[in-house]
Amino acid sequence: MAAHRLHFSVLLTLSWRNLWRNHRRTGIMLGAIAVGVWAMIFMTALMRGMVDDMLNEGIHNLPGHIQIQHPDFLDDPSVANSIAEPAGEFEALLQRIESKRWATRIRVPAVIASERETRGINLVGIEPAAEADVSGLPELLSAGRFLESRKDSGIIIGAKLAERLETRLGKRVVVMSQDPDNNIRERGFRIVGIYRAKLPGLEEFNVYAARDTLQQLLRIEGRVSQIIVVGEDYRDIEPLYRQVRQQAPADLQVRAWYEIDTYLATMFNMMDGFVLVWVIIIFLALSFGLVNTLVMAIFERVREIGLIQALGMRPALILYQILMESTLLLLIGLGLGNGLALATIKPLESGLDISVVAEGMAMMGASSMLYPKLTSSDLLLANSVVILLGVLTSILPAWRAAKLDPVRALNST
Amino acid sequence: MSAIHCHQLCKTFHQGDEIITGLDHVDITIETGEFVCLSGPSGSGKTTLLNAIGGLDTPDSGEIRMGDLRIDQLKRGALADMRLHHIGFVFQAYNLIPVLSARENVEFVMQVQGVATAERARKANAILAEVGLQGLEDRRPAQLSGGQQQRVAVARAIVSQPDLVLADEPTANLDSVAAAHLMGLFASLNENHGATFVIATHDKRVMAYARRLVKMQDGKIISDEAQ
Repeated sequence: MAAHRLHFSVLLTLSWRNLWRNHRRTGIMLGAIAVGVWAMIFMTALMRGMVDDMLNEGIHNLPGHIQIQHPDFLDDPSVANSIAEPAGEFEALLQRIESKRWATRIRVPAVIASERETRGINLVGIEPAAEADVSGLPELLSAGRFLESRKDSGIIIGAKLAERLETRLGKRVVVMSQDPDNNIRERGFRIVGIYRAKLPGLEEFNVYAARDTLQQLLRIEGRVSQIIVVGEDYRDIEPLYRQVRQQAPADLQVRAWYEIDTYLATMFNMMDGFVLVWVIIIFLALSFGLVNTLVMAIFERVREIGLIQALGMRPALILYQILMESTLLLLIGLGLGNGLALATIKPLESGLDISVVAEGMAMMGASSMLYPKLTSSDLLLANSVVILLGVLTSILPAWRAAKLDPVRALNST
Repeated sequence: MSAIHCHQLCKTFHQGDEIITGLDHVDITIETGEFVCLSGPSGSGKTTLLNAIGGLDTPDSGEIRMGDLRIDQLKRGALADMRLHHIGFVFQAYNLIPVLSARENVEFVMQVQGVATAERARKANAILAEVGLQGLEDRRPAQLSGGQQQRVAVARAIVSQPDLVLADEPTANLDSVAAAHLMGLFASLNENHGATFVIATHDKRVMAYARRLVKMQDGKIISDEAQ
């Protein structure tokens, strides 16, 4: 054990001092590693932030984390495929859910008409108090007020829809939809609130009214389209999903957000793979420089390697010494790269305004403010890839140094 | 470990299409505590024999024994261990590790051997003083003269009291004063420490210190005389 400590000490001394024999070369390589690591972490944080924003927006705006609904609702989201409002034992079970964040909604296709224009919409009947817990709708209001009760007679529309309908806050609109018997039902609503969504597309499409008011309009008293349950984080909903599935009545279908919105689920799954590919591509570019640095460092001291072989250093120790040199280089580069990344991400935490490409971002479902998201797993991935693949890449030059013939090495010029 | 026995050692080298004989059926025994000079012109096989005895090079055929150990049959790792624990080397030039100070160069072998820090420092300081380098312990090789560098190399070669010290043209790059000082040092270390010295040289001043002179030519021993 003591001998191993001494070996480590001599290897560390040699590695550290050899590293600084050629300051310029080491400095350039450190710069390259630092910039590479910075690019890995910074770009990953930007991409993660964008996708996270898309997912949060997408999930938050309607699906919630988990939905309980009629088995046919996804195929035919009509009022006919409604379910009974949770009551009695089922309601008690929902109240016992750890997050306690759940709400019922009515969702039907409808038509909205102002004095000038008519548009097709997604009419959503909400419980105002519970909705505040499951979605950020009240926070999105840019004008007017939020719905005050389940029986509120007002309506909330998006700013974009108001623009299309050429209407405004306080004006009346008429909403038309069908009841379960396919009879047209219509009613006038006063616009009590205008909201602005991060995704302009949603502003045109989703219109919110009080749940009981819509039940009355559509003649579905006591029935809703779906029950929304929201946990803490969309990435970690499995325990909640299992709990809800166990407690929901057998004739209802329980689905997680990734089963409902497969586009978002694909984005989510693709992101991890994309980050890994990105990190590896950057590393590959770095590895050429790293191997070149090591090969040059070894080439310049072939005689010295012959000398330490002659003095009795085992080939394995020579291999470890070169690997240690490479590891030190990588660790310093990683330290600089991580520091640089943190220093550039921190000031952008309040958001990076990319409104110049807002329309393109909106098409992808992302907002015009980009919030870099640095996760410990991404940081760990970037650092692990650099250190593990870096050491692996160094094995070949180190192995060749360890295999040098001592006589030839000592006689080399 | 004690005497070296070489029996029918042969070694050839390929240089393009040409085959060069390095060692041609060499038989030699070197007893413990001897001070032997291998002499002969360039290409006579002195360095090849030295490298073979030191386990740096492997003969094509023949046997090399150090005590009961068959050096020619050892693998690379075992050869390195043998050199570490039983042999001290002094080369013609480029003897020191440039990134280490004089003291660290001397301590290097002991450090790889696993000698404790305090003992290493004590031995290194003592041997550096003995070779006349007191006060220069912390200098890097580039800050030392050629003679001083050779003395550091000698100090490193003998600090762990090896059974055998192999020196290849140790005075080649030294002026006559430095060469005389170095050889005096070798002779004194041979007498005081009992280390066996085998020195390859064609420097007559070095040969004058030898108690046994082995002359080589074309890979063969042509004379072997006590002096």
